[in-house]
Amino acid sequence: MSLALLFQYLVAGITYGTIYAIVAIGFNIIYNTTGIINFAQGEFVMLGGMIGVTLHAFVPVPLAIAGAVLVTMLAGALIEMVFIRWLRRPSVLRLIIITIGLSIAIRELALLLWGEGVRALPYFTGTAVTSFSVGDVHISPQVLWVLGISAVMVAALNFFFSRTLLGRQMRACACNREAAQLCGISAKNMVTLSFVLSAGIGALAGCVISPITYVQYDSGTSLALKGFTVAILGGLGNSMAAIAAGLLLGTLESFSIWVMPAAYKDVIAITILLLILFVRPSGLFGNAEAARLKEY
Amino acid sequence: MARRRNLPLLVMALAVIAVHVLAAAAGKPQYLTQLTMAGYYSLVIVGLTLLMGYTGQISLGHAGFFAIGGYTSGLLTTYNLHSRSSDTLVSLLRATGLLVAGQDLYGGDLLVVRPGAACVIALLVTVAIAYLVGKPVLKLRGHYLAMATLGFGTIVYKVVLGSSLVGAADGISDIPAFPLFAGLAVTGKSALRTQNYYLAWGLVLGAMALLTNLIHSRVGRALRAIHGAEDAANAMGVDTARYKLQMFVLSAALAALGGVFLTHYNGGIGPSEASIMKSVRYVAIVAVGGMANLWGALIMGVLLNFLSLRGSFGSYDDAVFGLILLAIMLFAPDGLLRVELVRRLPGLRRLWGRAP
Repeated sequence: MSLALLFQYLVAGITYGTIYAIVAIGFNIIYNTTGIINFAQGEFVMLGGMIGVTLHAFVPVPLAIAGAVLVTMLAGALIEMVFIRWLRRPSVLRLIIITIGLSIAIRELALLLWGEGVRALPYFTGTAVTSFSVGDVHISPQVLWVLGISAVMVAALNFFFSRTLLGRQMRACACNREAAQLCGISAKNMVTLSFVLSAGIGALAGCVISPITYVQYDSGTSLALKGFTVAILGGLGNSMAAIAAGLLLGTLESFSIWVMPAAYKDVIAITILLLILFVRPSGLFGNAEAARLKEY
Repeated sequence: MARRRNLPLLVMALAVIAVHVLAAAAGKPQYLTQLTMAGYYSLVIVGLTLLMGYTGQISLGHAGFFAIGGYTSGLLTTYNLHSRSSDTLVSLLRATGLLVAGQDLYGGDLLVVRPGAACVIALLVTVAIAYLVGKPVLKLRGHYLAMATLGFGTIVYKVVLGSSLVGAADGISDIPAFPLFAGLAVTGKSALRTQNYYLAWGLVLGAMALLTNLIHSRVGRALRAIHGAEDAANAMGVDTARYKLQMFVLSAALAALGGVFLTHYNGGIGPSEASIMKSVRYVAIVAVGGMANLWGALIMGVLLNFLSLRGSFGSYDDAVFGLILLAIMLFAPDGLLRVELVRRLPGLRRLWGRAP
């Protein structure tokens, strides 16, 4: 094992890990405002990628991505308003099953619309074989796009939640729904907004990663499982920890190819998920004492 | 009380016979094949109803247990030990009569595990795995339990899909018939179609007798207490952890039993049996049946599986089950086969109000 190969794996791990972290942040946004784990989170990523590819047939890449994000955000709003908003005090089991049903419905709809084919946006700069070298390590420019756009997205989200009125209203709802409502904040609108936001960031992630991983009607499922693993690993609801956890999982998965066949790559992530649920459900960076108040 | 409980079982037995007579009279004996398969799937469904409806614990990984049962039995009865017949372990097994010699299609020597023994081993393996998985998993609640069982199901799926030992994406085929007694064998041969139909439904009847008695016993009351309020049940002295684990293992064993028999009936098993969509399908059927309603789940299970096996849903098979799940949970979370739903329909309610 040369040092160069080690770094090569590390770069791949960080790239995938970033995407997992974005999916995890999507989970967290919805979980914080509603207490729901949205099992259809991976489908937002798939929808974003698919719509982006479709729009790219008519418009250049940046416009296609913007369009895909907008359409997916609309879809997120629609889904929340049609399927979740009007439920009165739904049980956790009911919400789990509804979001699972939604994920299947979206997946089957995608199969109907786009077929089984694998699609991808073109590389944002250069082609699949373009790369620049740092020492002996070859890095595709797309990796930089993924990292850069994700970093901007996280910074923007941070700004939104800490500086804008709307973001603060959402955080108020996450903290204490009743108190927020007494202050005149519409909790229902905040829930819709949380679906819109996480659909949007999922779609953006789906677009920037599609040149590397491709997108298919069923690529959402494994992304959702890994995003959830990352969300749990970092501590559910904690988006900054999710980034660290995402990079950790991506790297672990990337290096797992040394010891196990690539077919078992997903098994690594899920085993980590099960272990963390059994041993420390508050997450690596979570506060065990605060977590004791939650229902696992 | 006991007689009232046995009445549905009697009705079910009569219905099983009536369906056979009707199918024979209509000249459609092939329906019995799909009904036999639907019967084996029903074993998974009634077990899952016990776990989800009565104990209140969701499992999104029951297709995993079905597959572990089917794959273990399938692998043991097809894996040729002939080249290793000099190994101490193999000769020891042979001496105890657990192995059976035969010849394959091309006349090559075959030495495999006897189906009866393979079935028992498959069930034991599933029970052991269910126990080991259930013990930590059932400490979790809500979303966490759902994700953990989903994770377990995905691991089983990925492992059978990735292992060349069990045929990877092709699965295992040419699984021998499972001889039981007096010429009766679990096999898809049309000569034994009727016998297999009765065998499958005899098993389902047995499972229903066991489960209906269970839910009306002290255990059943404890389960409903757990479903209602776990902490309160715990405080009242119900050993909630033990009951949950027992029901989890029992439902896994029923799933594996269905898996073993269906695998020998079909003569093969593929990774799709372990897929998450299968697990979701089982959950959908339990939900349509009314969650805590064994008979509802059984009826909907037979109906939907029969239609699905007949190919009535075409290529929209998964979509149909996804939409069913969605519609039921949105509009009738207590299931379709409930009287309350009929009362809730606004038009009917007005009629109801007018009646004296």
